[in-house]
Formats: sequence, C-alpha cells, structure tokens
Amino acid sequence: MTTPLLKVDNLRIALAGDGVTYNAVENVSFEIGRGEAFGLVGESGCGKSITALSVMGLLRRPLSLAGGRIVLDGQEIQNVSAAEMRRLRGKRIAMIFQEPMTALNPLSPVGKQIAEMFVLHQGANWNEAMDRAEEALRQVRVPSPERRIKDYPHQLSGGMRQRVMIAIALACGPDLLVADEPTTALDVTVQAEIIDLMAELCAAKGTAILMISHDLGLVANMCKRVAVMYAGRIVESQVADSIFARPSHPYTQGLIDSLPRLGERARRGRQKLREISGVVPSIANYPAGCRFNPRCSAVTDVCRTVVPEATPLPAEGVVRCHHHG
Amino acid sequence: MADALLSLDDLAVHFKVGNSFAGGIKTLKAVDGVTLDVKPGECLGLVGESGCGKSTLALAIMGLLPPTRGTMNVDGQQISGSTPPDRMKMARTVQMVFQDPYASLNPRQTVRRTLADPLRLHGITDKAEVEARVIEMMAKVGLRPEQADRYPHEFSGGQRQRIGIARALILKPKLVLCDEPVSALDVSIRAQIINLLLELKDEMGLAYIMISHDLGVVEHVSDRVAVMYLGRIVEQGGWQEIFENPRHPYTRALIAAIPDPFHRAAISADAKARGEIASALNPPPGCHFNPRCPLKADICTAEYPAFGEVAPGHRAACHFRDRMS
Repeated sequence: MTTPLLKVDNLRIALAGDGVTYNAVENVSFEIGRGEAFGLVGESGCGKSITALSVMGLLRRPLSLAGGRIVLDGQEIQNVSAAEMRRLRGKRIAMIFQEPMTALNPLSPVGKQIAEMFVLHQGANWNEAMDRAEEALRQVRVPSPERRIKDYPHQLSGGMRQRVMIAIALACGPDLLVADEPTTALDVTVQAEIIDLMAELCAAKGTAILMISHDLGLVANMCKRVAVMYAGRIVESQVADSIFARPSHPYTQGLIDSLPRLGERARRGRQKLREISGVVPSIANYPAGCRFNPRCSAVTDVCRTVVPEATPLPAEGVVRCHHHG
Repeated sequence: MADALLSLDDLAVHFKVGNSFAGGIKTLKAVDGVTLDVKPGECLGLVGESGCGKSTLALAIMGLLPPTRGTMNVDGQQISGSTPPDRMKMARTVQMVFQDPYASLNPRQTVRRTLADPLRLHGITDKAEVEARVIEMMAKVGLRPEQADRYPHEFSGGQRQRIGIARALILKPKLVLCDEPVSALDVSIRAQIINLLLELKDEMGLAYIMISHDLGVVEHVSDRVAVMYLGRIVEQGGWQEIFENPRHPYTRALIAAIPDPFHRAAISADAKARGEIASALNPPPGCHFNPRCPLKADICTAEYPAFGEVAPGHRAACHFRDRMS
C-alpha cells in the first residue's frame, strides 16, 4: 500500500477537569488515502469533533493532545509550531463547520473572505484574488456571483453560506477537507445538494474528505470507509457498503436497527423499533472494560473488566468487541 | 367531516411585517388556506422544511395564534378570527410535546410540580388524587416514583423528553401536537421515545400531529401524511400512497434527498430539487415550488394548481399530478 495521505495513530486527547484528567479520546487510529472520502460517525460527546479539531491543530484548553501521532503526507504534524500549522491550514488541510453563520466573519463581505485565501497562501494581489473569488463562488454554484461577492454573510441563506464555506475551504486546493457535520443545520433538500456539491468538487480536485456526522446513512452514502465511535473510542471501522449489511459491533448493529428506515414499513409492516437501552455515559463515569457494556445485550463478565482489542475483520476493517466471530 | 376531532377549513395565519416608513408594510402569509382533518386516534404526519409554516400551523391549532381567515373546529369548539378559543377547554383537548427537552421544562420546578400544576389549574385539587395521577403518569412514561422530586438538570435528554410527554398527557387530551419530538435527542435514544409515543397512543386513544423533517420517522408513525410548502399543503394522503407513489415533485424531492443506504425508497435520486425555499414574503407567482421544480412548464408560473384528487383520499397540488406514477 502506498503511504496514506493522513494517518492518525493511537490518538489520545485529554480533557482537564477539576483536578482530574479524563481521556476524551483514546486509541483512535485511522488512515485516509489520497482523494478518499472517510467517515467518522458517532453521537454527541463521542469525541468525533475533537478528533477532527486535533487533525487541524485546533485543540484548546481544557482539551489537549496527550499522545499518538498525526501524520500528513509523511510529515508528523502533532508537534509543529503554530506558525507552521497556520501555513498548513487552508493550504493543505481545510475545514468546514456545522453552522456557517458563526464560522464566517459577519463584518466582512464573503468575496473578501474567499479572496483572503489566495492573498495569504498564494501571494496573489487583491485585485486578482477578488476575480478568483468570483470564480470560486461560481464553482460552488452561487447564483450571480458577481453581485454576491459583495454580500455579507447575513444576506445569504444557510445553504448559500455553506457554499461560501466550501469555496473558502477548497480555494487553495487542499489535500484534505475536514467536514464537521456540514449539513446538520440545513434543510434536507438543501443538505442533499451540498453533499453532492462537496463530493463532486473534491473528486475533481483530488481532495480527500474526513466527514464527521451523527448520521450513519449520510456518511455511508458518501464515504468509501466508515469508522463508528462510541464514548471516545472507535468501536468498528469498515467499508461503508458492508457496515449496513454486516455490522460487527453491537452498538453499530443497535444504531442501524433502532432507526426507522424509509420503505421498511411498506415491506414488513410496522415493527416495534429495537431500542438501545440506557444512555450514553458521561466522560466522568465511563464504565470499565468495553464502554458499551452497560447497554449491550450480549454483555458477559469479560466485557465489564477487559478493554477489547481491535480485531481485524475478514474483508477489511476492525472491530473492538470480545464477542466478535 | 362530522366525526373529525380537528378540522381546519381554509385556515390562514398572516403577519404584518416591516413598518410604514421604511419599505412599507408587507404581509407574510405563514399559513395560507390549509384544509385538513384529524380523526380520533389517528396520527397525521406533517412534513416540510423550515419556513414552510408548520410551526405557525401548530401554534394556531393550539389556540395560541388567531386565524386571519378560515375556521377551525376542535372537538366541537368553533374557532375563527372573531371567535377566540376558550383556552382552558382547549388545554384539555389539545396538548403539545416540544422539540427541545432542555428549553421546554422549567429548570426550577421538580417533576412533581411540573406534572401537578396542570391538574390543579384544571380544578383537581385533592392532594391524594393529584399525587396518584402524577405517579401513574410517571409510570406510564417510564419514570420511577422516587424521581418525582428531582429537577430537570438531573435527567438525561431522553428522560427529559419523557417528562415533557408526561406533562402533555396528564390532562388526558385527545390530540397531541408533537413538534420534532426526537430530533434534539441522541440517535441511540430516539427509538425509545418513538416506541413510547406509539404505545401511549394506543393505550390512551390519542390522536397525534407528528411534525418532523425526518421522513423515516414520519413513515413509521403516521396513518396519513400532509406535506407543506410555503404555507400551503401541497400533497396529502395515506402514508403508503405518499411514500410509495408521491404525486407532487416536492414530496418526491424530499424523499430523494434522504440518504438511502438500503436502496429501499421508491423514489430515485433524479427527483432532487434545485435551490432553496423562497421567502414567504415574496412567493413566486403560480405554483410556489416552480423555481425548484424539475417538471416546470409555462402553466406553473401562470396559475396555482388545484388541490386535485389522484386517488381516494390522496390529493396533490400539481398541474402534472396525473403524469407521475
């Protein structure tokens, strides 16, 4: 195998509490190939967003990187200087966020915010940069870009703002786009358009995507491989097509069974949804052993004491469950 | 319809916005001529994107917004712009479950107080009876009696939504408006709440209006479905008709926009809509959906289509409703 574009190896992120330090993320490892779309799925609090932030070098107190390596294109980036990281961000790795209104500068026209990328990272002058910004807006299919370029974020709809975010992120043709719940704040029909647009532009530019979402269906549709996180650990990672057909971890299985899926009622009549009992544990009370054990239907004694190792799956991927196989 | 629990006839709620100095006063037609019925014990799914008027419609049905035009009959009580509702009587008939279980509970009230207040306001003052009904209702939604003296912050999101449901049901209403009841909850908790709502519906003979943008949930719970776009119902029919044989391009676009890893939806991806919902202040002429519609023709900008029947009980407001099947 050729060297992956991004390799996250044994990542550990610490959360400093009142005199105690918790591991918000631990043992997280994954690789993303060039131009590949990779999905990281989990519920709120599972650590997926801070994993993304750590890749961007954006962890701030009380969070900090406590261990592991983040390798971008052969270069370890977890310890590089702030100045070096600023050069990487935007140029080689870029990020789009869930709520475009808070991620954009409300006091600056959107065209200027895109043009800034060309000025800062490619040394363009402002006139040239503004022309390229207009072209970038056209690429993300904002109607009448020559007028929109002067608009402020509040003058645009949610979908248009997210298009502007994508234009900024992809302006310098980065190798990796980190997308943290990019469509959660949008309506469903707009979500479909934005996802299609992101996938299309990244494919054209050869940009890899790290897609963060709570929506397993959305991620499985868009990404080649998917990792599922629960309470700070990856419990399973697989090829997207097979995760629905053969989920290997009881949590993944539970998630898939618990959601009403379109077309299911017409086929089989209304079935009672399978519930996952209990609640997601809080970080101060993570159970020992497998963190899913209090909610798992297949739990045994070993699950309550021993942390499951990553077991390779027959085709591709890993699962962390004592009862797999 | 005589046997309907709720019937709306040409109901409209308009708002005056702007001022007479700058730009003049405009009329925002949030709900514009909605006609629908809900029978006792029935679940009506109400679908639409943000800005389509579904929440305004819910407030009107709750008796919290006076209709600008049209009438509403709630369990025999006639309400119009000139005959305001008897709020106390309304509260015994119609109740609401809100989206956000964090914002919709009073943080300074215990569960017992939250559940007992409605009873006392409605004349049930005998302490023993109030206590008995509070405990009975808590048991129905899966809370333990010893949790009655706790405050909302001591509960998880799913448990808080159980409190919200208990509060809505304690007066034994006939109709419950559920406004996105699971979308603020963790994915692994949603099945618990959906199952609970369906159990309580059967047990207490409730009718629901289930407002949601999650079509999987709507398909799972609804007997009939109404789809709203810019203040009007554009399609209405039995759940199977709507999901298996939709006749309005907007309904088809909504279904096509759902990521469908099982490939089970009846609608293919080429039915997706372009662009975004127009402003209700300035709806497009003719059919409101025409700027986004893949089937747009000249007639669509000239006149608003009739809400015609395509099958018994299945209506769609599209000029081409008979060509899609």
